[in-house]
Amino acid sequence: MSVGIVGYGAFIPRRRIKLEEIAKVWGADAPSYRKGLQLHEKSVPGADEDTVTMSVEATRNALARSGGVDPEEIGALYVGSESHPYAVKPSGTIVAEAIGATPALHIADLEFACKAGTEGLFLAQALVKAGEVKYAVGIGADTSQGAPGDALEYSAAAGAAAFIFGNDEDRILAEVVDTYSWTTDTPDFWRREYMHYPRHGSRFTGEPAYFRTTMSSARGIMEKAGLEPGEFAHAIFHQPNGKFPMRVGKKLGFTQEQLETGWLSPWLGNTYSGASPIGFTAVLDIAQPEDLVLLTSFGSGAGSDSFVFRVKERIEVARDRAAKTREQLDENQIYVDYGTYAKLRGKIRMAE
Amino acid sequence: MRDVAVVGIGMIDFGELWEKSLRTMWAEAALAALTDAGVDSVDMVTIGCMSPGLFAGQEHLASLLADELGMAGVPAARVESACASGGLALRMAFAEVAGGLSDTVLVTGVEKMTDVDGADATFALGTAADQEWEGFHGITFPGLYAMLAQVHMQRHGTTSEQLAAVAVKNHANGLLNPHAQYHLKVSVEDVLASTMVADPLHLLDCSPVTDGAAALVITTVERARELGSERPMVKITGSGLATDTMALANRNDLSQLDGVRLAAERAYAMAGRKPEELHVVEVHDCFTIAEIMTTEAIGLFDPGFGASAVDKGLTSLHGKIPVNPSGGLKSKGHPVGATGVAQVAEIATQLWGEAGQRQVEGATIGLAQNMGGSGGSSTVHILEVAS
Amino acid sequence: MISPARSWREFPQRYRLEAARCEGCEKVLYPPRVVCPDCGGCTFETTPLPREGKVVTFTVVRVPPAGYTEQSPLPIALVELTNGVKVMMQVGDLADPEELEIGMPVRLEFRRVAWDGEAGLIFYGHKAVKG
Repeated sequence: MSVGIVGYGAFIPRRRIKLEEIAKVWGADAPSYRKGLQLHEKSVPGADEDTVTMSVEATRNALARSGGVDPEEIGALYVGSESHPYAVKPSGTIVAEAIGATPALHIADLEFACKAGTEGLFLAQALVKAGEVKYAVGIGADTSQGAPGDALEYSAAAGAAAFIFGNDEDRILAEVVDTYSWTTDTPDFWRREYMHYPRHGSRFTGEPAYFRTTMSSARGIMEKAGLEPGEFAHAIFHQPNGKFPMRVGKKLGFTQEQLETGWLSPWLGNTYSGASPIGFTAVLDIAQPEDLVLLTSFGSGAGSDSFVFRVKERIEVARDRAAKTREQLDENQIYVDYGTYAKLRGKIRMAE
Repeated sequence: MRDVAVVGIGMIDFGELWEKSLRTMWAEAALAALTDAGVDSVDMVTIGCMSPGLFAGQEHLASLLADELGMAGVPAARVESACASGGLALRMAFAEVAGGLSDTVLVTGVEKMTDVDGADATFALGTAADQEWEGFHGITFPGLYAMLAQVHMQRHGTTSEQLAAVAVKNHANGLLNPHAQYHLKVSVEDVLASTMVADPLHLLDCSPVTDGAAALVITTVERARELGSERPMVKITGSGLATDTMALANRNDLSQLDGVRLAAERAYAMAGRKPEELHVVEVHDCFTIAEIMTTEAIGLFDPGFGASAVDKGLTSLHGKIPVNPSGGLKSKGHPVGATGVAQVAEIATQLWGEAGQRQVEGATIGLAQNMGGSGGSSTVHILEVAS
Repeated sequence: MISPARSWREFPQRYRLEAARCEGCEKVLYPPRVVCPDCGGCTFETTPLPREGKVVTFTVVRVPPAGYTEQSPLPIALVELTNGVKVMMQVGDLADPEELEIGMPVRLEFRRVAWDGEAGLIFYGHKAVKG
C-alpha cells in the first residue's frame, strides 16, 4: 500500500515590502543584504490575515486539487506554526470547522520553530500509513515576526501550505517514498513566552545549526532510501533567506536547476513553518510524473525533517484546479511602505 | 374612527446639551406642549426613544418620565422603531384617540446622545441595522446610506453635487429656525470639501449627533373645539406605518425605499389625498441621499427625479413643494427618538401660520415622513387645516 | 463586542457559508430562517454558498466602529453570489479603495473580520477579494 499526497495547496498574502524600504528606515545597506542574503522583497500579511486564515485558504486549495475528498473523511489535521493567533485556543479547530471536517477527527497545533509545518506532514502521512485514518492534513503556516531593525526583519514573511495525505492509489499525486528526522538541542533561535520577537545566535545560526542539521538530515534520508542527489528532479530546503538553501543544496551536490523551482525566499521571504512546504507546492505545480523530490525542513532548536516523494501521473490533471504558487507569488502584489508594514505587523504601540 | 387634532406643540432648542439630562429635556418639551395646548392632564403619554439604554444607561422611560411630570398613574408607553420611534409614538397615540381608548394624548420623543463618546454613539445607532448580518462586517449607518447612494448615482446619474445641494438647502432653512442645532450657511463646495465619511457621503451629507426632545398634544376634534384656540384647527387626516426588509441584502431594488412608499400610500389612502396636493413636507433627511430617495418614495417626484428637483429649487422654501423648511435632520439636528415628533411639530406650526421667517405661505396640507434604520420602518402622517 | 456564545452560534454561516435551501420553493436563504419569506415553508436543507460573485453596491467606511478601526478605511460591498444570494461583506486586499466599482467580479476568502482588542476573541469569516 502506498501513501501519498492526494491534495496540496498554498496561500501567499498579496502584500509585499521591498528590502530597500526596510533598509532605509534602519540606515542599513540594502545592496549588501540583497547580495549577502539574496533577499529582494517579502510577503506581508494584511490586518485580516493570520496563520488560521492562510491555513484555511491553503487547505481549500488542497481540497480542490484532491478531486473530491470529502472533508468529513479527514481523520486528522495538524497546523504547524510559531504564530498561532491565540496562545491558548487552537488554530486547528478553526481550520477544521471552516473546511467542514469537524467533529470526528484528531486535531493538534504544532510548534517546533520553523519545522512545525513538516512535523504535521510527518504525522499525517504516518497516521494514514498506520491505517488509523483515511485522510490526514498537514499544514505549515506562519506570519513570522522579526524585531524592528534586526536582520530577521528583512526576511520574516507570511504564507501557508497544506497537504492532504491518503492511501487511495487513484488519488495520489505524489507518493511518500521515505522519511527521516535528525534532531539535536542546538540553541540558535528562540522566543520566550510573552515576548514579541525572537532572538537568535547570529552567526551561530549558520554552520552549527542550519547547515549541520539540514545536511545531516538530507544525507540521512538519501542513505536510508539509497538515493543520490543526481537522481532527484527537485530538492527543497528550509529557506531562512535566499542564500542558505542554495548553498546547502550545492554543498550536498544538487545543481541550480534542481534547486531553483522550490527556491522562493528571495521574493517571498522566510515563511518559517511555511517555508520549505510552500517551496514544495511550487515544485508540485510543475513536476513531471516519476520525478523524485527531496523536501528538507529546518527548525531552530534544532531539527530537520526530510521526505522523499515520487510524483504520480495524476498531478497533471490536479495541479490546475487551484491557484499555483508562483502565480500567487508573482502576480497582483500590493507593495506597502514601512509605515503601513509596521502597522500591519502590530509594531506600533497603540492607545490602551 | 374619530377625527384627531393637534392642539399643542413643545420644542426645545436642539444641540449638544451638556447641561441637560434626558429627563430634563423631555420634561421641558412636554411641559411646553401641555402649556401650548392649554391642558393640564392627559389620558395617555407615548414616548418615542430609540436607545436610552445604550445612550444614557436608562430604560423604563414610561414610569420615569410620567413621574417626572408629576403624572405617575397615567398610562404611558415608550415605543421604539429606531429613528422612526417618534413617528411611531404619534402613530400609537393617533390610534388611541381615533379608536376611542383615549381622548387626549401627550406624544413625545426624546434622545440624549452626547453622554457617550463617538464610538459608542456609532455602535448604538448601528443597532438599528441587522447586527448579525450587516453590523458584523463593520458597516455603519453612513455606510448603509452610502451604498444606497451608489446605486442611485449609477441608476439615475445622481451626482455628489446634487447630494450636496440638499445640505445647502436644509442649512439655509435651518438658519431661520431658532430651535435648530446648526445655524450655518454651507455651500456645495463646503460639502464636497468636508471629510469623506463613507464614499460618496461627506461629513456635511450627514445629520449630526444631537440631544433633544419634542412633544405634541393630540385630542379629539370635539375636545379641540372646547379648548377654544384661535389657531386654525389642524387635523391628522392620514397615518401610514410600514416596514421593509431589515438588511439591504434582502431588498429587490436598492434605488428606492419601499417601506417609505408603502407608509405614504397608506397615509394618502386614509387622507384621500395625492402627493400633488401637499403644500409643505418634512422628510427624514438623516443623509442627503435619504431626502432624495424619500421625496421619490412619497411620490413628490418620479424615481430618479428627486435629485434634479433639488437642483431646480423645487423643494426650496419658496419652491413648488418646500421640503424640510425646519432645516431637516441635517440642520435642525437628529436626536433620533425626538425627530419624528419634531417633524410633525414643524408641519403643525406651518399649518397654523406660525413659522415666522420660514413660513410656507398659504400652507394648509402637509406631510411628515419619519424612518428607521436604512428604511426598514417608516411612518407618514398627513396634517390638514380643517375646512 | 460579540460574545463567545454568539460568535460560536454563527460559525456555520461565518466559516462555511452555510445557507438554507427551502424544500418548498428552492429559495436559498442566507442566513437561514425559521420560515421561508417567499413560500412560508418551514423545512430546509443546508447548502453552502458559492464563493464567487459580483459587487452590487459598495462604500468605503472611513470612520469604522470599535473593533474595525485598525482596518480603516474599510471597503464594504453588497455582493451578489452566482446563485443570486446577496451578502454584505468587507472587501479585502484592495491596493486602492478607488478600485471598487459596481459589477466588479469578486471571490470570497477566509479572513479575520473583526477582533476584540489585543486580548479578546478574533472573529473570522469571509471577505470579498477581486476575482
